[in-house]
Amino acid sequence: MKETIKHHLTDALLMAYSAGTLPEAFSLTVAAHVSMCDECRARLGAFDSVGGALIEEGETAALSQGSLEDTLARIARAGPPEAPRRAPGRKGVLPAPIRDYVGGDLEAVHWRPVGMGVKQAILPTAQDASARLLYIPAGAAVPDHGHRGTELTLVLQGAFEDEVDHFGPGDIEVADEELDHTPVADIGQDCICLAATDAPLRFKGWMPRLAQPFLRI
Amino acid sequence: MSESYTVTRTKDSENAEWVACIARIRDNQDQAAFTRLFRHFAPRVKAFLIRSGADDTLAEECTQEVMVTLWRKAHLFDPTRASAATWIFTIARNRKIDAIRRVKRPEPEDLPWGPEQEPDQADVLVLQQESEHLGTAISALPEKQRVLIEKAYYGDLTHSEIAEETGLPLGTIKSRIRLALDRLRHAMK
Repeated sequence: MKETIKHHLTDALLMAYSAGTLPEAFSLTVAAHVSMCDECRARLGAFDSVGGALIEEGETAALSQGSLEDTLARIARAGPPEAPRRAPGRKGVLPAPIRDYVGGDLEAVHWRPVGMGVKQAILPTAQDASARLLYIPAGAAVPDHGHRGTELTLVLQGAFEDEVDHFGPGDIEVADEELDHTPVADIGQDCICLAATDAPLRFKGWMPRLAQPFLRI
Repeated sequence: MSESYTVTRTKDSENAEWVACIARIRDNQDQAAFTRLFRHFAPRVKAFLIRSGADDTLAEECTQEVMVTLWRKAHLFDPTRASAATWIFTIARNRKIDAIRRVKRPEPEDLPWGPEQEPDQADVLVLQQESEHLGTAISALPEKQRVLIEKAYYGDLTHSEIAEETGLPLGTIKSRIRLALDRLRHAMK
């Protein structure tokens, strides 16, 4: 139980995740935050129960002839029930949904340097939004950037500070196009984040702009 | 007042019955229990899938798959964390994402404990009452607000559009959140 998380998911992100309408990269980020945050897990449960209420109070549609019999036949063919899933104990830095994309914990990440000591690893999600792990050395800054869409930044290790606030492990920053910010990692420890965006980032100044094609963001 | 009280009681005992049916499937592969659940929920799941953009054939196919999943995953249902309708919604939602939207939706890490074989009946009851309270509150919303919620859950609004909507009645879920949080904290002890 982490009681220290200060920055949570928005109602809009939780509702869209519950409805199943988010781009994959955002769903991954929401799932990762919920894995770390009991409050948002509880909020997500409430949004799911809104879906339950819609099913319960909603309309009905006529089933095909023999629908029940067909379903029972499928059950008979399907064999014994699935074995219960058991959550592997939290050992590493990455929550399970991210580990599934990386194929392991931090040691399995294929980092690529993007300059000034910052490294990233793009995760294989659908193209409508992108997700990448960011490694920011203690005290280093990610170039000043704005966004055209929404950018979610989830802290997995260490902490960073920008014009908005200080973000520690489990905290998520939800930035829209109004925000131009320069995240700076805390001095104490290298900072590892999951960042997801549904639009390319815009960097200010020529250096970062040159780097942008290499960043693939 | 007495009328709505009667309705609430009926819904509560209805859900208690669905919970018992799922337990009978889990413990005894009980086809009669499954048939009861099927007759109630399959037409609702199918309507939900049609409203989400499936044609009749695909909705029928997916509905049958949802009900097969209910059978196969009955041991994963935790009546202290979700009502039967909510659990079935999550199965239908996942099927919809796979079959209709064809995208991936990563799930949060499981909690380190699973459903108990004999859940505390008081916990089950509180959760069911809270779910029922929520259902009643949503039904009682002004038309415009209810339509907004429906549009969000049927997939007609993006998360940005949801964020821009100021008319969403999120107050209706506040007590449900408090309950879930208390339950999580209690279970972690």
